[in-house]
Amino acid sequence: MERKTVNVTIDGRSLDVEEGSTILTAAREFGIHIPTLCYMDHLSPYGGCRLCVVEISNNGGKAFIDTSCTHEVREGMVIQTQSPRIIRARRMLAELLVASAPNVKIAQDIAARMGLLKVRFPMEDNRCILCGLCIRMCYEQMDGKALGFVGRGMGRKISMPFEVRPETCRLCRGCDYVCPGVIIPCQGVQEPGELCGKCVRIEDTPTCCSMGTFGCFCEQNPL
Amino acid sequence: MDFEQVGKIIDRYKGKRTALISILHDIQDQYNHLPEETLRKVASRLQMDLNDIYGVATFYKSFSLVPKGKHSITLCLGTACHVRGGPKILREMKKQLNIEPGQTTADKQFSLNVVNCLGVCAIGPVMFVDGKFYGEMNTLKAKRIIEKINKNNKNKKRNGGNHEENKIRI
Amino acid sequence: MRKIKSVSDLERWKENILSRKKQDEVIVSVCGGTGCHAYGCKKVRDEFAKIIRKNGDLKEIRLRYTGCRGFCERGPIVTIQPQGIFYQRVQEKDVPLILSETVQRGKILGHLLYEDVITKRKVTSEKDIPFYKAQSRLVLGSNGMIEPTKIEDYIGIGGYQALSKALFEMKPEQIIDEIKASGLRGRGGAGFLTGKKWEDCRKAPGELKYIICNCDEGDPGAYMDRSLLEGNPHSVLEGMIIGAYAISGSHGYIYVRHEYPLACKNAETAITQARKAGFLGKNILGSGFNFDVEIAKGGGAFVCGESTALIASIEGRVGEPRSKQVHTVTRGLWEKPTNLNNVETWANVPLIINKGSQWFFSIGTEKSKGTKIFSLVGKVKNTGLVEVPMGITLKEIIFDIGGGQQDGRRIKAVQTGGPSGGCIPASLFNLPVDFDSLTQAGSMMGSGGMIVMDEGTCMVDVAKYFVHFLQEESCGKCLPCREGLKRMGEILDRITEGKGNEEDLSLLEELAEVVADTSLCGLGKTAPNPVLSALRYFRPEFDAHIHQKRCPAAVCTPLIQYSISETDCTGCGACAKVCPTQAIKGEKKQNHFILAEICSKCGSCKDVCKANAVMVQ
Repeated sequence: MERKTVNVTIDGRSLDVEEGSTILTAAREFGIHIPTLCYMDHLSPYGGCRLCVVEISNNGGKAFIDTSCTHEVREGMVIQTQSPRIIRARRMLAELLVASAPNVKIAQDIAARMGLLKVRFPMEDNRCILCGLCIRMCYEQMDGKALGFVGRGMGRKISMPFEVRPETCRLCRGCDYVCPGVIIPCQGVQEPGELCGKCVRIEDTPTCCSMGTFGCFCEQNPL
Repeated sequence: MDFEQVGKIIDRYKGKRTALISILHDIQDQYNHLPEETLRKVASRLQMDLNDIYGVATFYKSFSLVPKGKHSITLCLGTACHVRGGPKILREMKKQLNIEPGQTTADKQFSLNVVNCLGVCAIGPVMFVDGKFYGEMNTLKAKRIIEKINKNNKNKKRNGGNHEENKIRI
Repeated sequence: MRKIKSVSDLERWKENILSRKKQDEVIVSVCGGTGCHAYGCKKVRDEFAKIIRKNGDLKEIRLRYTGCRGFCERGPIVTIQPQGIFYQRVQEKDVPLILSETVQRGKILGHLLYEDVITKRKVTSEKDIPFYKAQSRLVLGSNGMIEPTKIEDYIGIGGYQALSKALFEMKPEQIIDEIKASGLRGRGGAGFLTGKKWEDCRKAPGELKYIICNCDEGDPGAYMDRSLLEGNPHSVLEGMIIGAYAISGSHGYIYVRHEYPLACKNAETAITQARKAGFLGKNILGSGFNFDVEIAKGGGAFVCGESTALIASIEGRVGEPRSKQVHTVTRGLWEKPTNLNNVETWANVPLIINKGSQWFFSIGTEKSKGTKIFSLVGKVKNTGLVEVPMGITLKEIIFDIGGGQQDGRRIKAVQTGGPSGGCIPASLFNLPVDFDSLTQAGSMMGSGGMIVMDEGTCMVDVAKYFVHFLQEESCGKCLPCREGLKRMGEILDRITEGKGNEEDLSLLEELAEVVADTSLCGLGKTAPNPVLSALRYFRPEFDAHIHQKRCPAAVCTPLIQYSISETDCTGCGACAKVCPTQAIKGEKKQNHFILAEICSKCGSCKDVCKANAVMVQ
């Protein structure tokens, strides 16, 4: 089957990428790394964390910034994934992220990868980074329709309607599975020769607690 | 509480999704807030997920999921009102009523709200109390409005009057 | 009212209306805009109605309840035709006098006239009042001539003539060419070429297309759209119908923020009347064109002024913006091509069709054509709505029309463009006001809000104000806006509390760059502008807060102190009576003084002091 391609330039490399793909998927196909947080294959792209931003120029026009996970490739597009402007932006985003949720492992991971050693903002202790993956998993893959964003702005959070688990929720735990925050921090080496493996064993991850509300965000959570 | 009115309100807007916000406004006018039961009804009639209705009800600042006070005091904090001393009036209101914006007094008499521009900027600072606009406010005038309402309430209690008279529509 | 089924029907209706107008008919117009409502215009109008009804001699007088006249500070406003007498600050008790003296005997009541602030002379006619004289009220002017809830008034001044011309004398492509040739740019703030937008929408594939009128007007300090939609809703409707015909739109929405109940009500009435008359619905004026409009209400979200968030709101969803790689003209409401324009943009359309693109093109500057309505508010003498040709300078607006400073304090800046704009210092007041000049100075013209600030305004406080405003209004979807604005707010809070340090300013600038670069929508992208422009032009004020822990404008509460001047205090004790914390002590007729430790800095003492003895530093 012949697939239609368009020619784009990513970081100086001229590439023929599949028409209709996003810059992110096209880049990944060619082994070009762009960091992401709220993106997951098989779930619709959200464009909320902004970590995957790149500089884009169409037909030699002025370069603008947009998220690579949502931006579709077009013939002749010139893309920069590591320009100084982008690196500066990603570092600041990482700093904002880790200042908000320092105890969420993925936030620390991203900050470390950016080479961030100091956080210049007073640290909080949020356990939810509002990436929305749980919601998209619930709606798009598991048809649970149980989770949603509530409120707006700084007070935004994720919850079930009226803080009560609706009948449509089947406790499938898909939300826990995709949540980047639900990872037990490394417990360290246990015994010489023994593997811990806790960070990937699903049965050890926190789940919906006895109150019937979404486990990750309530005080009972062992994390 | 009977929720018969909800069905009638939805009928008025022909159950259209584009009228969701208008429907919620009318329900709130009827019941002084958005009771959970009404949102469930709206979800089922409009064939939308309860989740989405709940999200809408919590996103837009004009909706309240808890009963509001009998007298609604809305203070404008638009830029024009701000430079003319709006924040001082807000501080005074908070002190007088002992509540934060978005809350209702314990005796359920007053609800304090702030809004980001009522569109009457030329005569700022502006307050919107029980359906009436008050312009060129200062801390003293604001205090007097509350005192007047309290006095009215006392008098009405004494005379056993109709509380609805306090509401003035434009 | 019978249905208008053809152009000649419309002509006949207009002639009928005009023929019923008597020569030298006395018309008393009471302004019914929201601003005048706050000052009791309804009572004034009711009093007029009562007396006219009772008094047989007055039954020939036509009483009109018009839309907003713009000079809100002088409300309630009453004008009397045919003399063109302009009375301001009219109270209920003045009404019998107005009728007996001015209307019946032709005597002018001096105390109700506008007094020129400089010459102190009283001005009788509206057109001679400096506030109005320098204006070109092409769009807003009709507000004073019609009652917004009477379609006949609109027909009487030539309403819906543009529509009939468009439907029967022009082809859709011609209409678009006219709008393109006129140079009309969107009045909502972004200033996109309206003709090009219509063309792109027309070309977009699809049978079903939507037309939207944006009356969300969230910019605090701006109320032009409110006045237009309240005072002349038919002009907006007419523009929309013409646009729909040109684009092949089939259905339209007017999105009105719920904080504008009167605008909503008047728009609803106008739609109902237009439907009855046959200007909306099937086979408009017998042309075969179908189009209808309905109102959609906002729920209290500034972000819903952004086009994709507005569309989400109409769809019954939360007002979350989306990426604009594919523009709304191609995929908008319900994924269909959608043309969204601001209220003022739509109101300009009938004018352009009636008077021609050349006429419109002749007004304004090279790249900014036509007039623009501004809301001139804040620390200036004459506040209200001002309509002027593009290219007029800030100085002319603020001083010639606005009358300059109030309270004897020097004007130091003007904020334009709302939370997406910035402040422009007095030294740059010679700049012309148009889409491009203000952008170079670090601000933007925006939707028209102009908030004048004087020496009593703290620019650090203003920057803090805008950041907190945007924090409240942010939808919260993207990280830089949600978290970035939070942290910017924290820094500004500390600075205004005297806890700032030098690194704060560079951190603020670093944050600003990233928030502007990476935010998803216009709200976040332009959020840093007020802060950056304040830093650019008023850096000394920031330095004073940081290094000297001092607020030069005496606004930031933790840094100021209230005291009573010994020389001015009369000992009347009025201040002590109103002090909520009993912080003022003093014997009768003796100097009073404030106990700084208990003082809550509420300002009540300053408000009551007749001797102006309370000082703030």
